[in-house]
Amino acid sequence: MIELNPLLIFFAAIFTNNMIFSYFLGMCSFISVSNEIPTSLGLGQAVTFVLTFTTIANYLLYHYVLVPLGLEYLRFIIFIISIAAFVQLLEMVVEKYFPNLYYALGIFLPLITVNCAILGVSLFMVIRQYTFLQSLAFGVGSGIGWTLAIVAMAGIKQRLKRAIIPKGLEGPGITLIITGLMALAFVGFSGIVQIQ
Amino acid sequence: MAKDSVKDIFKMGIWDDNPIFRQIIGICSTLAATNLMKNSLIMGLGLIFTTAFSELTVSIIRKFTPKHIRMMVQVLIISVYVIIVDIFLQAYYPEMSKALGPYVGLIITNCIIMGRCEAYAQNNPPLHSFLDGIASGAGYTIILLTIAFIRELLGFGTVFGVKVLGDWWTNWTIMVMAPGAFFVLAVVVWVARSITMKEEKKEEVATS
Repeated sequence: MIELNPLLIFFAAIFTNNMIFSYFLGMCSFISVSNEIPTSLGLGQAVTFVLTFTTIANYLLYHYVLVPLGLEYLRFIIFIISIAAFVQLLEMVVEKYFPNLYYALGIFLPLITVNCAILGVSLFMVIRQYTFLQSLAFGVGSGIGWTLAIVAMAGIKQRLKRAIIPKGLEGPGITLIITGLMALAFVGFSGIVQIQ
Repeated sequence: MAKDSVKDIFKMGIWDDNPIFRQIIGICSTLAATNLMKNSLIMGLGLIFTTAFSELTVSIIRKFTPKHIRMMVQVLIISVYVIIVDIFLQAYYPEMSKALGPYVGLIITNCIIMGRCEAYAQNNPPLHSFLDGIASGAGYTIILLTIAFIRELLGFGTVFGVKVLGDWWTNWTIMVMAPGAFFVLAVVVWVARSITMKEEKKEEVATS
């Protein structure tokens, strides 16, 4: 494994290795919640926030609990529990201390547990053997990349409302085609930085 | 509901209620594994196994699970089966396990399994749930293979790694890359929707 600068990973996670456009992660909410810009921005922020902290938590859990005990194969269960627990905890803390934020994010928080991007980032972190700083950069970058994608999508969808679309293609169909076109545009970034 | 015949369950899972193009769920892992037909097949088999056994287990213990923690219980059951799949692949098909990378683990967050456990296994006897799991998984696998077939044929000129198109064929690199997956899935959804819409129209005419 070549030592990669965390900053490099951060930008790569946003542009060249975008969670949606190159790994297809987090598609469910990407397709169904991308109708308005403010809502998708809210969801994006919530995802970035959760992604940052669960990546830290899962890194610590994996390297300081599972590896010393030789229980690496339990990582799926541990990661998903830690994500679910964190989301629950976050919901309670935010409700108590930041009511404004709670009303802004409220409905999205429970949705995040089943967002595959969160579990995906944790699994990528283990497979690519990132160090702590690299994992952190990867988590934050992936969150921002995801937000960028969903907000851009919402913007395009708003313009699309008045367009005439073939009947069978309405809804998810056209969303997928637009995603394809956006992914094509993001392929253009791939010369800048590459991580594997 | 409990009287669903085996045929009905399969028809529902594969066509009427197909998880991908009718409900548009579980597509994260669909797309990632479709660059080669072999990957899709393994991914599909893993999903069929996990869905069927998770539904069976959920159905068996459905009467003993307190309602408010059932989600957590379901996630844990699913995780256990996914771990079995992962360990099996690592032991017998190490290259496969490497090629699929994190996507095997991501079967856990595949909404299809949760969705079927919640919608079907909670209220139906074990055997029916087991069959429902196989049917939904099969519906998913068929779509996966269709997409993989198109992508592999156009992208590499091969089917299951066997060359079918001659030297005159220029590989469409875009099909191997991510955008290709989105376009192919969109077309598959489009075709399937058009067909079902026609069927519905016919039924309407017939009933009126």
